[in-house]
Amino acid sequence: MHSELSVSLWLGGEDGRYESYSVPQRESQTVLDVVTFVQRNIDPTLSYRFACRVGVCGSCAMTVNGKPRWTCRTHVAKVAHGGRLEIGPLENLPVIKDLTTDMRVFFEKWQEAKGVFAPTKTRRDAIAQIRPDTPARIAADASIECINCGICYAACDTVRWNGDYFGPAALTRAWTLVSDERDGGNGARLQAVAGSGGCHACHSHQSCQELCPQSLNPTAAIAGLKRRTVAAYLKGEITA
Amino acid sequence: MNVRLYIWQRATAAIMAPLVLVHVAVIFYATRQGLSAADVLSRTRGSIAWAAFYGLFVAAVSIHAAIGVRNVLHEWTPLTERRAGFCAIVFGLLLAALGSRAVAAVVLP
Repeated sequence: MHSELSVSLWLGGEDGRYESYSVPQRESQTVLDVVTFVQRNIDPTLSYRFACRVGVCGSCAMTVNGKPRWTCRTHVAKVAHGGRLEIGPLENLPVIKDLTTDMRVFFEKWQEAKGVFAPTKTRRDAIAQIRPDTPARIAADASIECINCGICYAACDTVRWNGDYFGPAALTRAWTLVSDERDGGNGARLQAVAGSGGCHACHSHQSCQELCPQSLNPTAAIAGLKRRTVAAYLKGEITA
Repeated sequence: MNVRLYIWQRATAAIMAPLVLVHVAVIFYATRQGLSAADVLSRTRGSIAWAAFYGLFVAAVSIHAAIGVRNVLHEWTPLTERRAGFCAIVFGLLLAALGSRAVAAVVLP
């Protein structure tokens, strides 16, 4: 093991630069530990996001040696080949400062893809009885553990090329709700994801699937949306 | 790409898949049998079947390729979606015209 890590961190906004630091290497050290070491011991002005440190909140994603990763659960030993780390902000999102990105567009696209649950019952109705072994519920459960970290969005080539594309996370959320039998918003949702920024823009490169820290499969979810929107269009339920 | 274009592109791909296989088989047959241009034309001229086969092929290619080019232009150039669509229509019409001319050259008596 190298006793010192050579760490390059992105500093500044969109027109910033990488700055190199030397950070002590330790056992079971995460990338977030490295960033925190720099902020606490070398550069207190360094800006970055984190909250839970245990892979639940989805706020600490950064670009680590060229790939988007959740830094709190990414061990240095697995990604720092030759003792080198290059850590930057997530791609495909505007940089606010250093390692923090403006994620508003990411969440706005969730809204555009109708990623909000549309209830069909009120609080005075009985709680819906949902069998966990139905195909629809299995499809909904497959992606329910998304933590909104933005890694799939940063990894997506189509997002990079097409600024209107909703991205894997928003479409996966839409597929979860399409599959949720309690939801009543599928008319508007299928219409939203059938447009030019929706599921049919996906090229199935599967970077989202490869890099999702929760091992979800957004490509499969988007394929499900493609099938459902095609069926809805052919039945005249949505328009192009 | 919206759902309508998606369906057109997938449908034309489904049409082209068997047509490509037959087209390649025809090429192999013609070359292995040593058919001359005159031999080929004697088989294709006046043939409604070959006219329909390659006419359908040209139509499917023109639609399929135009939709693909539209996506490439929209994603890889600064063109807006509307302008990329216009360029793609021009490209598709060009393919249809050139393809129809080629089909006419081998099937018209």
